[in-house]
Amino acid sequence: MIAQPEPKKDVLARRDAIVAGLRALLPPDGVIAEPLRLKPYETDGLSAYRQVPLVVVLPETTEQVAAVMAFCHREGVRVVPRGAGTSLSGGALPMADAVVLGLMRMNRILDIDYADRCAVVQAGVTNIGITQAVQERGFFYAPDPSSQLACMIGGNVNMNSGGAHCLRYGVTANNLLGLRVVTVEGEVLDIGGAHMDAAGYDWLGLLTGSEGQLAVVTEVTVRILRGPEGARAMLAAFRSNEIAGACVDSIIASGIIPVALEFMDRPAIHACEAFAHAGYPLDAEAMLIIEVEGSPAEQDDLLGRIKDICNRYDPISLKVSQSAEESAAIWKGRKGAFGAVGRISPDYLCMDGTIPTSRLPEVLGRIGAMSAEYGLQVANIFHAGDGNLHPLIMFDANDPESFRKAEHFGADILRLCVEVGGCLTGEHGVGVEKRDLMGVQFTEIELDQQRRIKSAFDPGWLLNPSKVFPLKAPPALTQAA
Amino acid sequence: MQTNFTAEQLRDPDTAASNQVLRTCVHCGFCTATCPTFVLLGDELDSPRGRIYLIKDMLETGRPATEEVVRHVDRCLSCLACMTTCPSGVNYMHLVDHARTYIERTYRRPWHDRALRWVLAQVLPRPGLMRVALYGARLARPVVRLLPQEGVAFKRLRALLTLAPARVPPPSQVETPQVHRAIGARRGRVALLAGCAQQVLDPAINEATIRLLTRLGVEVVVAKGAGCCGALTHHMGRHDPAMASARANIAAWSRELEGEGLDAIVINTSGCGTTVKDYGFMFRTEPAPWQERAERVSALALDISQYLTRLGYAPTREAPGLTVAYHSACSLQHGQQVTSEPKALLRKAGFAVVEPAEGHLCCGSAGTYNLMQPEIAGRLKERKLANLNATRPDLVAAGNIGCITQLSGSGLAMLHTVQLLDWMAGGPEPEAVAARRREKGAV
Ligand code: SF4
Ligand code: SF4
Repeated sequence: MIAQPEPKKDVLARRDAIVAGLRALLPPDGVIAEPLRLKPYETDGLSAYRQVPLVVVLPETTEQVAAVMAFCHREGVRVVPRGAGTSLSGGALPMADAVVLGLMRMNRILDIDYADRCAVVQAGVTNIGITQAVQERGFFYAPDPSSQLACMIGGNVNMNSGGAHCLRYGVTANNLLGLRVVTVEGEVLDIGGAHMDAAGYDWLGLLTGSEGQLAVVTEVTVRILRGPEGARAMLAAFRSNEIAGACVDSIIASGIIPVALEFMDRPAIHACEAFAHAGYPLDAEAMLIIEVEGSPAEQDDLLGRIKDICNRYDPISLKVSQSAEESAAIWKGRKGAFGAVGRISPDYLCMDGTIPTSRLPEVLGRIGAMSAEYGLQVANIFHAGDGNLHPLIMFDANDPESFRKAEHFGADILRLCVEVGGCLTGEHGVGVEKRDLMGVQFTEIELDQQRRIKSAFDPGWLLNPSKVFPLKAPPALTQAA
Repeated sequence: MQTNFTAEQLRDPDTAASNQVLRTCVHCGFCTATCPTFVLLGDELDSPRGRIYLIKDMLETGRPATEEVVRHVDRCLSCLACMTTCPSGVNYMHLVDHARTYIERTYRRPWHDRALRWVLAQVLPRPGLMRVALYGARLARPVVRLLPQEGVAFKRLRALLTLAPARVPPPSQVETPQVHRAIGARRGRVALLAGCAQQVLDPAINEATIRLLTRLGVEVVVAKGAGCCGALTHHMGRHDPAMASARANIAAWSRELEGEGLDAIVINTSGCGTTVKDYGFMFRTEPAPWQERAERVSALALDISQYLTRLGYAPTREAPGLTVAYHSACSLQHGQQVTSEPKALLRKAGFAVVEPAEGHLCCGSAGTYNLMQPEIAGRLKERKLANLNATRPDLVAAGNIGCITQLSGSGLAMLHTVQLLDWMAGGPEPEAVAARRREKGAV
């Protein structure tokens, strides 16, 4: 189990009064306090870590969120915001003395402005829900994390999520125009809006990726884009991870930027094929999904050049998707990849490091060696184009020793990423999972700088306090570094 | 994910099976997105992942089921959208079936709940009783207005009376045990599950099925001793009656199999099809010869659209210039993963086929769900009707009587897919189609 800050004894002691206070602020079914009903809220997408919360609230409006925040602030109660609960870094892991603030009921699309190409949605709208709302008019919302079917935009903002297509379209931060947030004191603030770059400090940039530690996001204004003329995916199968990695590096080095460039190794290919029936090459050691878009002529030109590069790496097969259905199946497999690994292993830890693409072959080789050393299988699935690795370490949670090894193995992979010039997290956020590794990437001075930013927004460290930073008392706000 | 069962607990085959299901779930949360109750209620506890967690806790602790768990498990439609979505291949159906049996065994429901369940479990699987009950309900219709607005029991009674069709069709002759001979050279021999509730609610569906199959050269057996598939009681957690129904069917079809033989067991009510295809699992621990027989029956079970696709269907009439919205019944699309066949057949028959938005979401029928959970069922129905109407269809086709009943009476012409296929291949024009065509002609 992961270490948590000491629960506040006075809060635990006042539990009944706190629950009653929250009930007064919300609709009758908006407060969950019975122990049995709290249990399913004890974890998120990283189910190895669990903690039953004090109480769960499910507000339906920004006003209700503000009321809850003001109440918790007054009472000195910690708050853990939660969207769909799909975080792979334990971003929504509760605390024993904290209110879990679930935003799932805030799932309305508030406004769509096609002329100015933006949409205003509540935090609990799913990522794909935005695209679904605008696709009839030929638009889409670009960032597409693998969990886009379920994950919610509020969580995307807080983790600055990416996705397969961020190689071309950028991550959440690049597709965001404005936020409505509730501060820890319960004040409602509007930041940015339906226009580029507001005057003054870039608050939007600061809040994006702040992992629910600075404010609670309740509404989001996103940029929507007109869809491309067409897109086609290609599957390239190779004889080893290293060869596929070298091919990725050559594609990027050639200056071609496909819209997506994804990597899967043998275990991942087999698990995903069993789920999606997409025609993945089962004889390959590694496979790339390469997608290009544009007019048919542009697509042909790009695919031709990419094929030439692939051919230099002795591919087992190169296959271009022939229909929209085939492309959909190819992506269904890739997007379901993490879950699909559940078919071959009861549990996994999903890593999220980034590395320079030129180091791909080397890093893949070293991960393979570590896998043999630890005696734990790895499935490699990642956004190869931007060097964002997602090795999935397979283990058996019913065997504590296996879990301990998996944790160490994961830490070693992330250290390796930092060592070769990359970083701890590409898109899943630090959460609780990589919290204790932050020292590998940052000095104490750097960490304290960041902690002071948190203190400036949330002096009492009430908002999602057990995440991101190794547990220790925050530095004084004014103290010099 | 991690589970906590003792070796002793795992000796129980049901617990062992559920443990396997739980271990396959990686708690990724993808399934929440397509779960109708999560979409409506926005609470983890009303999502598949939340239910899995509640059930896991209930089974691990071995505690009698509590009201909190029952509330959320009862709200589950068993639509199985979560299984279609789950990348990991979690068999939620087997888990929730186990939970329902466990609840039935360890939890005492309020009296009115018990009474309603008892009545439904007695009436629905028995066509004779059900016909009587529907006449009764029709007579009682005027009472609906007098019922109090509040109270679960009254809400359910209201749902029950409102759902009963205004017209109860007379019983059909085709469903009594008999052999319907193939017309022309015999190309196949199948058993048809004549079902229970469907016979009463809309005998035209079986009539169309038999007409079409025999015309295509298939001998259709309505086997003696076969009846309700057991799904209705199975989903209420009533293990023994469900097994008894299933056993009767398995026995009846096995006799046919050992006699003249069967190429398939054809089912035109997809809710039943899902259950018949699961007989193999339900009988996995039964002594010989039941286990093998059940497996054989499950392996032979095919939805009518699957069988017609295999057989090769071709229309004989001119395309009628009608647009059909295809409503994908959950038991067909999620339970049996049959999605493309019905649409392809309808297209082949000459219809323009359209599909509503949110096609993966349940219409709220879900067996007896619309009687037990009228509020959620009502909201799902409205949502489905709006999505169907947005496609501006002439007709709506579905492969399940439950959906047809749920969505009827709101101005849409609801038909079973096989009725349209039969018509285009030489069968009589269904009344609902004729009415629609008259309307169109008048415009
Ligand atoms: S999608 Fe499957 S693996 Fe993921 S939480 Fe749902 S049931 Fe579990
Ligand atoms: S069966 Fe349907 S209602 Fe039940 S949990 Fe699965 S998706 Fe939700």
